[in-house]
Amino acid sequence: MARLAMVIDTVRCVGCMDCIVACKTENQTPEGFNRDWIAYDTQGKFPTLHQEIRSERCNQCSEPPCVDCCPTGASHVHEYGGVVLVEKTMCIGCKACIASCPYDARYVHPEGYVDKCTFCIHRVEKGMDPACVSVCPTHCMHFGDLEDPLSNVSKLLASRKHHTLIPQAGTEPHVYYLT
Amino acid sequence: MHELFSTRNNHLIDPTLAIWGWEIPVYLFIGGLVAGFMIIAGYFTFRGHHKHSDFSNFYLPHLSLVLLSLGMFALFLDLEHKLYVWRLYLAFEVTSPMSWGAWILILVFPTLLVNALVSIPKPFRNRIPIFDRISAFIAERPMLAKNIGVFNMIVGAVLGMYTGILLSSLGARPLWSSSMLWVLFLTSGLSSAAALVHLISTDKTERVLLAKADNGFLIFELLVFVLFFIGLITSTQAHRHAATLLLTGPYAAAFWVFVILLGIVVPLMIQLLAVNQKIKHTAIAPIMVIAGGIALRFVIVYAGQASHWTRMAGN
Amino acid sequence: MTTLSRRKFLKISGATVAAASAVAAAGRSVSSAIATTNVERGDRTVATYCDICFWKCGAIAHVRDGKLWKVEGNPLDPLSNGRLCPRGTGGVGAAFDTDRLRAPLIRRRDRGEDEWVEVTWDEAMTYIAERMQKIKSSYGPESVALFSHGIGGNFFKHTIKAFGSPNISAPSFAQCRGPRDVGFRLTFGEDVSSPERTDIRNAQCLVLIGSHLGENMHNTQVQEFADAVGNGASIIVVDPRYSIAASKAKYYLPIKPGTDLALILAWMNVIVAEKLYDAEYVAMYGFGFEPFAASIAPYTPEWAYPETGIEPALIRATAREMARYRPATLIHPGRHATWYGDDAQRSRAIALLNALMGSWGRKGGFYAPVSMDVPAYPTPPYPTPSKLKVDNPDHKYPFAHETITTGIREATITGKPYPIKGWFVYATNLLHALPNEQETIRAMQNLDLLVVIDVIPSEIAGWADVVLPESIYLERHDELNVEWFREPFVALRQPVVESPNDQKPNWWMAKTLAEKLGLGAYYPWKNAEEYLSTRITNAGMSWEQLKKDGIIRGEKRPIFFDEGVPAEFPTPTGKIEFFSVQLQKAGFDPVPMYKRPEGGPPGSFRLLYGRSPVHSFSRTQNNPVLMDMVDENMVWVNADVADRNGWKTGDWVVLRNQDGVVSNRIKVLATERIRPDCVYMVHGFGHTAKHLRRALGRGASDSQLITRYAVDPLMGGTAMNVNFVTIEATEVAHG
Ligand SMILES: Nc1nc2c(c(=O)[nH]1)N[C@H]1C(S)=C(S)[C@@H](COP(=O)(O)OP(=O)(O)OC[C@H]3O[C@@H](n4cnc5c(=O)[nH]c(N)nc54)[C@H](O)[C@@H]3O)O[C@H]1N2
Ligand SMILES: Nc1nc2c(c(=O)[nH]1)N[C@H]1C(S)=C(S)[C@@H](COP(=O)(O)OP(=O)(O)OC[C@H]3O[C@@H](n4cnc5c(=O)[nH]c(N)nc54)[C@H](O)[C@@H]3O)O[C@H]1N2
Ligand code: SF4
Ligand code: SF4
Ligand code: SF4
Ligand code: SF4
Ligand code: SF4
Ligand SMILES: [Mo]
Repeated sequence: MARLAMVIDTVRCVGCMDCIVACKTENQTPEGFNRDWIAYDTQGKFPTLHQEIRSERCNQCSEPPCVDCCPTGASHVHEYGGVVLVEKTMCIGCKACIASCPYDARYVHPEGYVDKCTFCIHRVEKGMDPACVSVCPTHCMHFGDLEDPLSNVSKLLASRKHHTLIPQAGTEPHVYYLT
Repeated sequence: MHELFSTRNNHLIDPTLAIWGWEIPVYLFIGGLVAGFMIIAGYFTFRGHHKHSDFSNFYLPHLSLVLLSLGMFALFLDLEHKLYVWRLYLAFEVTSPMSWGAWILILVFPTLLVNALVSIPKPFRNRIPIFDRISAFIAERPMLAKNIGVFNMIVGAVLGMYTGILLSSLGARPLWSSSMLWVLFLTSGLSSAAALVHLISTDKTERVLLAKADNGFLIFELLVFVLFFIGLITSTQAHRHAATLLLTGPYAAAFWVFVILLGIVVPLMIQLLAVNQKIKHTAIAPIMVIAGGIALRFVIVYAGQASHWTRMAGN
Repeated sequence: MTTLSRRKFLKISGATVAAASAVAAAGRSVSSAIATTNVERGDRTVATYCDICFWKCGAIAHVRDGKLWKVEGNPLDPLSNGRLCPRGTGGVGAAFDTDRLRAPLIRRRDRGEDEWVEVTWDEAMTYIAERMQKIKSSYGPESVALFSHGIGGNFFKHTIKAFGSPNISAPSFAQCRGPRDVGFRLTFGEDVSSPERTDIRNAQCLVLIGSHLGENMHNTQVQEFADAVGNGASIIVVDPRYSIAASKAKYYLPIKPGTDLALILAWMNVIVAEKLYDAEYVAMYGFGFEPFAASIAPYTPEWAYPETGIEPALIRATAREMARYRPATLIHPGRHATWYGDDAQRSRAIALLNALMGSWGRKGGFYAPVSMDVPAYPTPPYPTPSKLKVDNPDHKYPFAHETITTGIREATITGKPYPIKGWFVYATNLLHALPNEQETIRAMQNLDLLVVIDVIPSEIAGWADVVLPESIYLERHDELNVEWFREPFVALRQPVVESPNDQKPNWWMAKTLAEKLGLGAYYPWKNAEEYLSTRITNAGMSWEQLKKDGIIRGEKRPIFFDEGVPAEFPTPTGKIEFFSVQLQKAGFDPVPMYKRPEGGPPGSFRLLYGRSPVHSFSRTQNNPVLMDMVDENMVWVNADVADRNGWKTGDWVVLRNQDGVVSNRIKVLATERIRPDCVYMVHGFGHTAKHLRRALGRGASDSQLITRYAVDPLMGGTAMNVNFVTIEATEVAHG
């Protein structure tokens, strides 16, 4: 069993949004909607400031409330890597999953189904990195299998300080931010 | 100083969640109301009330059927992929209150119908012989009628609870993630139902009984509110912020005026006076209670969408 | 403001442009706008290079079922290392833009009102050629000028030179890197050039003075910047605004705008006083160090403090930090340097600070760029113009080594030293690129011919007599990119998909026009492919390989002094000129001296501007992919200032500048990330061209508010950070 995860180095990230543009063109997301986004998180008083820049998306939670609450089974955990996906031909657009996601990572596609980051499973299953990871000009995004202790992501998490988003929501997110 | 600037600008999600419009609160209100009807009607059936009056046992279930259909239609309107609605009945997802709800609704319809069979009014029975036979069959078996009453009460209670659990299972919205929400919705459903029966019932005993009961429900509802807020305020910061959305935040005016004052306190006072025969019963108090019940669903659904783990009130 | 616009705003009207398409339906996938007629199936890729800015990164375009799908970096390309910047990744949006120009247009001037007729290419070219000949016979060929930005203008330059005009200019000099290149030339004898010859990757201490890398997305630089940050390099950022780069800095210096020269002088003062400089390097390569040292002696950190607002202790600490890592200390030269009018001297001070660090020619500093040897296609020599260039009469700006756009504009207005009657404008939106749009408009009133070659109905196209619609970069061949860089390479731009309508590539237009003008001899080749393949074959390379790979790389060569590059400085003394005799002779400070910048009216804020990572200047605001990232600019206002005035993030305001010009409405960004004495906005928004439906009215235009500019006395650059604005609340309905 693989447990896919993304590890993003906020020290290198410049918030350029290339990851978002790449997702848009790779996955043809509709105009007005994006599967990922940037959070510029600033604290302090000018000029003594600290800023963390994060490329955010669905956290591919291990305890995904979006899957639990889905009445049709459209939201499901993919057999490979623990990736949470939506089967659009089963989705009735009730939006319970949107309401259940603490990260607001899902949106209603204009065609009536709910859409979100897929970890680019179509690429990953071909051995490629997700589109956002492979475009990032600062090489701050890493992707791989946490079950494999030798993977890049495992090593980074073992050696660097990191955090996840809203851990208190109890969803066990799998996008990690190095600080 | 903490500045959070996000580039995400997805329709219905940013700046705050707005996925659910009027359809869901209307559906939740009607669900609660029908639940209340079922409990009331079930109670009367249980108590053998149908022998004196057919309002609660025959007309109320029918009214429920109509209302629930309307509620389900509102729900249907909310679906983004309407043509796929049948998908709901291709699966039973144990962890999904929405799935439970879909199947509960399926159960509600026959339950209501069976209750209606307990006291089919004369004119109908005279015209359609099978109705007469059914009625007679049930009349001969008092325990059956009682069981039908109990069953209606149970299904009604489940329906009413479910409308609250539907929201409270969505832990991503701190305002909703309260174990008091189902109690609140159930109580409010009962009080609205009681108010409506009080308003339209043809039977005097029912009317008076329900006015009294409603006062009880309203007082209980106030208590539930207190517990609801205590629960939120003593929980995490996100829950505290969620509570302030209603107490002092952007939804405070609607909450205090329409839900608490006009929806509970004022009608409660009026009805207390009326029950104690200080004033006459009028339509005013029950209408206020019903409006308050609607307002409650709207306020909770909208404020709940605005409540968030990180995007705090006022940010 | 409209008093001058005799020709009212452009209506490339829907009635005459037959193919005007319906507004893109909301929610549709941004790429489905391009429906191709062919029935191609499956995926294919074409290697080419990007044109969303001038960095020219190698790219691989993907076509799926005959439709353009996406563009990725070319892994063979040393500029992008296989990863494009966000603008490059979103470049496909240029093809999906439903507002593109579709066919040549001629203004029907004699009909009075602004109205356009769609014409054939032949009609357009005949019209242009006739007018050019008329200008030539009345005023001489020099009276036709070309404004051109980017590699796509090469063939038009060729035609205009063949026609006999030397007046060819780009905003990249007088509105951009001109002062910097002049400052470095005066010091080291060489330009920093583009791509900048900075070895950011290996820098151990990187000083960014306004260079907002991370927002400025020049690809290689950002990649190397991230490497430097990742390597733990000490980053020092000087900016009135807490930029993205500042958030990566060990030291952030929130400088008072316009006082950078004072800071740099104080840094040098500390470094010289404390003898922290590379004495060996200075002794070996420097000229005039003693008078230089004497000249900067008064500029102590204590002196600089009230000027810059930077504490003396912080100035000292950062000066020492730089010295600690030399020679791998890179004080970035910046790029858009036209800020305050002292820009060439400020850039020279940056050059001198680098010289003290010994970073020029050293690893972690500046490398010596190399390039591939690809011979030009042999064509007849150009006629020698009988007049000198018009932009810089009597060498008023003695150190301008490129043509000054605003000089041509000036001559067009005044008719002196001689009249300019025709403008070709290729891929430069002059109304956004040059300061003071009224002057540009006034100049255009004097023209007999204004040809604009663009891909979308931009503001400048609105003023044209003839609009020529160009194929976008993914639909055409262009000149080879034979870049000066860390290592030699040559890159090819080639068509990925066909143009959807009657758009043509620049080479075809320039060649056809030359033929109409009787200059066919300058175009001995049949088409671009023949031209390019001949050049490549003559250089001993394989055309087939280039077509397939998009890039051919040459052998790595030494790029640092240590690696054997000769330490040569082509200045008059052959040395690094700490003291510049040529400046002294021309009447300028031989060592930079500080002059306090002028302030603005009380209660006003200095207007600063910069880049959004997802936009290029004013050219990407109608690109559906990039507009989905950032679809308007906001005005950054210090949080306390905003608080005091009751402005909240998201409030609509308008800006009024010192000359009464009022901007389009713009949203406030109340933030801790900027000083209280200035405001900031991203350049390129606030479009007014009616047919840019996505861009129209989104955000406000800095260019519109830049009515004043200070001219650099050394080289004629137009400094634009000299405008001041007040902020006025406005109701939501505006705009
Ligand atoms: N106020 C202000 N002025 C500035 C700057 C600033 O920051 N603020 N920046 C300055 C700097 S650093 C620079 S380098 C200049 C840049 O100035 P410009 O190079 O003039 O940049 P743009 O404003 O983007 O104008 C480019 C024009 O080319 C068109 N175009 C795009 N692609 C093509 C193509 O493939 N073919 C053709 N024919 N046309 C095309 C676009 O539609 C647009 O009209 O501006 C300078 N001026
Ligand atoms: N995404 C993107 N990237 C681009 C471009 C683009 O259009 N889009 N254009 C490219 C081109 S041609 C150029 S020239 C470059 C321009 O980019 P740069 O050369 O990096 O930057 P500037 O435009 O000079 O300066 C903008 C920065 O200077 C700061 N600043 C303003 N006034 C002062 C001051 O008085 N002192 C100091 N120290 N800082 C000040 C501003 O706050 C802002 O952070 O970007 C290049 N990269
Ligand atoms: S592409 Fe990389 S550097 Fe740019 S915003 Fe995304 S994660 Fe950050
Ligand atoms: S981030 Fe949201 S959508 Fe993604 S798995 Fe977790 S709960 Fe589900
Ligand atoms: S919107 Fe679709 S995916 Fe989400 S819970 Fe409803 S049916 Fe499932
Ligand atoms: S993994 Fe794929 S789908 Fe998810 S954000 Fe990145 S590019 Fe988009
Ligand atoms: S830096 Fe970006 S926009 Fe410029 S050429 Fe490279 S990829 Fe294209
Ligand atoms: Mo520039």
